Amino acid sequence: MLYARRRLVNSIALTVATAAAAFGLVWLIWILGTLFYNGITAINLSIFTEMTPPPGDKGGLLNAIFGSIILTIGATLLSTPIGMLAGTYLAEYGKKGVLAETVRFINDILLSAPSIVVGLFIYEVLVVPMGHFSAWAGIVVLAVIAIPVIVRTTEDMLNLVPNGLREAAAALGTPMWKVIVTIAYRAARNGIITGILLAIARVSGETAPLLFTSLNNQFWSTDFNAPMASLPVTIFQFALSPYDDWQSLAWGGALIITITILILNIVARALATLGSSKG
Amino acid sequence: MTTLEHTVKSYDEELKKLQQDIASMGSLAESELQNAMQALIRRNADLGSQVVLDDARVDELEQLAGAQVVRLLALRQPMASDLREIVAALKISSDLERIGDYAANIGKRVVALSQVPPFRLPSTLPRMGWLAQQNIRSVLAAYAMRDADKAVTAWQADEELDETYSSLFRELLTHMMEDPRNIGPCTHLLFIAKNIERIGDHATNIAETVYFMVIGEPLRSARPKGDSTSYMTVPPQ
Amino acid sequence: MSTAMPESAPTVTITTPGARKPVPGHQEAMAEKVSIRNLNFFYDTHKALKDINLPLYDKKVTAFIGPSGCGKSTLLRVLNRIYDLYPKQRATGEVLLDGQNILSPKQDLNLLRARIGMVFQKPTPFPMSIYDNIAFGIRLYEKLGNAEMDARVEAALRRAALWTEVKDKLKQSGLSLSGGQQQRLCIARGVAVKPSVLLLDEPCSALDPISTSKVEELIDELKTDYCIVIVTHNMQQAARTADFTAFMYLGELVEYGETEQIFTKPAQEQTQQYITGRFG
Repeated sequence: MLYARRRLVNSIALTVATAAAAFGLVWLIWILGTLFYNGITAINLSIFTEMTPPPGDKGGLLNAIFGSIILTIGATLLSTPIGMLAGTYLAEYGKKGVLAETVRFINDILLSAPSIVVGLFIYEVLVVPMGHFSAWAGIVVLAVIAIPVIVRTTEDMLNLVPNGLREAAAALGTPMWKVIVTIAYRAARNGIITGILLAIARVSGETAPLLFTSLNNQFWSTDFNAPMASLPVTIFQFALSPYDDWQSLAWGGALIITITILILNIVARALATLGSSKG
Repeated sequence: MTTLEHTVKSYDEELKKLQQDIASMGSLAESELQNAMQALIRRNADLGSQVVLDDARVDELEQLAGAQVVRLLALRQPMASDLREIVAALKISSDLERIGDYAANIGKRVVALSQVPPFRLPSTLPRMGWLAQQNIRSVLAAYAMRDADKAVTAWQADEELDETYSSLFRELLTHMMEDPRNIGPCTHLLFIAKNIERIGDHATNIAETVYFMVIGEPLRSARPKGDSTSYMTVPPQ
Repeated sequence: MSTAMPESAPTVTITTPGARKPVPGHQEAMAEKVSIRNLNFFYDTHKALKDINLPLYDKKVTAFIGPSGCGKSTLLRVLNRIYDLYPKQRATGEVLLDGQNILSPKQDLNLLRARIGMVFQKPTPFPMSIYDNIAFGIRLYEKLGNAEMDARVEAALRRAALWTEVKDKLKQSGLSLSGGQQQRLCIARGVAVKPSVLLLDEPCSALDPISTSKVEELIDELKTDYCIVIVTHNMQQAARTADFTAFMYLGELVEYGETEQIFTKPAQEQTQQYITGRFG
């Protein structure tokens, strides 16, 4: 009697859970499907070789793709050292100290801060004094968004390294910095890299903050002091326009961004499992 | 000595069983000696043969105790006091078995003596038997109560037994020299006396083992040996 | 025959460092490598070690035994000051290594730990190749050429009875070894830097009986060159491997003496109860 009731409850719960999962999947599949359907027609060689065109003309997204790459790489180079070192401080040196707890608290807030607020802040702090939009500002704003993610994941991954390993190294007479660099980093390597990749994936799709900082650029530009084109902003501009060519290019751009983020996530996951299978 | 019980109760039960077996052996050996002396004093051949039969039980218990000791050593890895106790049980069971054998031997000689015409027993012989019995009783008590002082007292009491044996030895030699017809029975009596003296020695062995079991160190100082019979001669008149 | 627990008092008085302490039954006198004097240890405000006085002899194995929480691991960790990694842990008193107090604030911790090696309960191979695991410690303080380094690594692995098993896979990760092999790797790593003292914190508790025997054999061989201290839960292991044994309870040293004496005729009632399984 009791057993039959348990089986019933089990079936109900299983059904509800499956339905919820299916519900989530449906939307995801729909989004991806729509993206592919609409974007695949725009994907051809010219999208990677030609600049963004004026309305009505045929063109590509080269300057936007280039701009996004520059902004993302720049943000990565800026945020990774700062984020990793901060995370290392929190995990290895600060631990439960007052400064560390404060930093952690602020970091958690920044982690979920609206990106448009960050964009506005950098606008006030960087764009206004400079007098113009620039790629520098774009890089800085993306870095500010990426740093909390890297700090968090670095600290978490370092905390996962068992203390026994550090003690074993210390017991040999290893100075602390060396314990961290040669033992802790190496043990947490995959996790930290995963964290960095996830941060990159996140910032590469940010749009709102770029509106205030790097704006957009119709033409090819390698000048960091000038506004720089980026895929998300370009998509924003083209998708809302009434021109078919532009709209088609917007779908293409959206598809490119999606596939890039997909690849980054797969690589991050592969690295994570690679680490765990060896250890 | 430890008063607490082992955390693993079955260990305590096994040790208790071992102690009980030793105690049984002890009381059996003691009553064997008692019966043998009674048989000697009363010229009771039946009682004498009974003693011989009773000895089988003591031998059996020795085997049992030996097997128990091996089992405990293998399975319990005893330490400190437990180890000394178990090893002591092994040694004591061996001494008790020898005591039983000597008592049985006395029984056999009683049967032999009952076939010759009755004669007067030297008074020292029953005294020897009584002393030996006392010693066995006190070492067994020392073992049961884990009392090292009692063991030392019993250990020292053997001196009197040895001295009694020496004087009996002289008396019997004299008796044999007086009249050759005495030689037969006196020889048996000599052996009986020797057996009792050996029983006394085994009792002191038990005392030493008990001392080691309780204190943890051997009873070092040499026991005064009152037995000078090895050097004894009686010149002919 | 006492009915109350006796006051726990150490049964051995301390000699001055380097002095010879003749022990009954020993032909040759022994050198005292480490002298622990009036050692008190605190986790924050909680006193974990109370007034410990203890000698550790060179080329001998000393074992610390006692129930959980008695402070034996704490005492071991004082010897190479690994507790310094954690705030709120401190020690007072003196621990003399060859006459020098290692508890003094002037003591260089890294140099100290290069002289006193430690092997932990859980095998902790570094996330690198077997070769690098061994070479790691050596590279910290010595600059060796390739051939020399190869020789040192091989010697250390031979010492740990691991060479034949790993000589063809030195480049493989240390994590690919079995539990018993990993522990022997950690021991090899510890002896590769040629310390004078070796601390073993329950080295066999995570190992199967065969690996345990191999490690015990190793300890037997190593003691000809090192002062070895081993903390163990397993009394039979202490009985098998140690020359001297210290029994601890609730942060105090209850009894210290030759292993043979401790396990056949302990002087303290508490010791007797612990080793015969009458504790608790």
